[in-house]
Amino acid sequence: MDHPADLQPAPAAIAHAPTVRQQLFEFVLQLADTSLVLGHRLSEWCGHGPVLEQDLAMANIALDLLGETRSLYQYAAQLEGQGRTEDDLAYLRPATAYRNPLLVEQPNGDFAHTVVRQFLFDNYHYHLLLALKEGPDAPLAGIAEKSVKEAAYHLKWSSEWIIRLGDGTAESRQRLDKALATLWRYAAELTTPTATETALQGLGLVPDYADLLPAMQAHAAHVLAEATVPAPQVVPFAQRGGKGGQHSEHLGYLLAELQYMQRAYPGLTW
Amino acid sequence: MNQSEWPLWEVFIRSKQGLDHKHVGSLHAADATMAVQNARDVYTRRLEGVSIWVVESTHIHASNPDEAAEFFDPAADKVYRHPTFYTVPDSIKHM
Repeated sequence: MDHPADLQPAPAAIAHAPTVRQQLFEFVLQLADTSLVLGHRLSEWCGHGPVLEQDLAMANIALDLLGETRSLYQYAAQLEGQGRTEDDLAYLRPATAYRNPLLVEQPNGDFAHTVVRQFLFDNYHYHLLLALKEGPDAPLAGIAEKSVKEAAYHLKWSSEWIIRLGDGTAESRQRLDKALATLWRYAAELTTPTATETALQGLGLVPDYADLLPAMQAHAAHVLAEATVPAPQVVPFAQRGGKGGQHSEHLGYLLAELQYMQRAYPGLTW
Repeated sequence: MNQSEWPLWEVFIRSKQGLDHKHVGSLHAADATMAVQNARDVYTRRLEGVSIWVVESTHIHASNPDEAAEFFDPAADKVYRHPTFYTVPDSIKHM
């Protein structure tokens, strides 16, 4: 993975007790996996966007997420202290070791599908980073501070498109409705803490998700109202498991493509 | 123009504080908001800009290339219109 964002030195790790260090490693890895998988999904649009301008917009977002991913993996590797590198973490772990929520591995579908997936993620991502950048762990706060500006733009982009598709033509509305009906059930996992997250929340290292929800819900309600779309009802069959390593079938195919080169030619460099 | 096609917009970027907005190209967008966002994504990926203007291309009225001769050629032999016959004192900087 080669990206100019890498020119910045890795932030210094602070002293945590071994168990906390392990929990923080798992949490940072979860964030990294999430951004990597979604960034990869968006990169699949490259050359296939509905118009050139949006093709570029999605590639830009993918690159932002990849830049964030690298910083997170570097910090995770540092926390783990086992000599693994960012590339080892990205390319040499099986799907069951990935900790991304199910939402981000869902296939692109049509443009409305991609926009809804992005909107649900951005709304969570932006508010999470906003809280993390004020957090007590300096390296994580540093990564969040850099990424939150990018996330603010991502949320603006996906919110605009929710409004345009919802309040657009009959066809765009029908596609948006379908995407919302399909993907809404994956949103709850983002803010449902795992045991690791709960432990870190208890230590103040991870923000309490209940504190993020009011702002997230207010933003979603505002955007959906602008889009003239009634807010989807809370679904009885919320889908979750990705943060615990239980993934949908889609992640395996995604990783097969993402990891192919390192699997086929171990240690290959450009 | 096809009704379903987005209109064309001209994009002007100011590269840093104090310089003019310069024309950098054009793009398609449904309205001004989208045009500004698209311009951000298409034309400011490499730190090119700090400010963006967009103008719908239909609002730009250009001189006719066929009239270039009568428009511009007459100025070619009127060197006296250039302020090059003054002596600028040494103490005047930045002229």
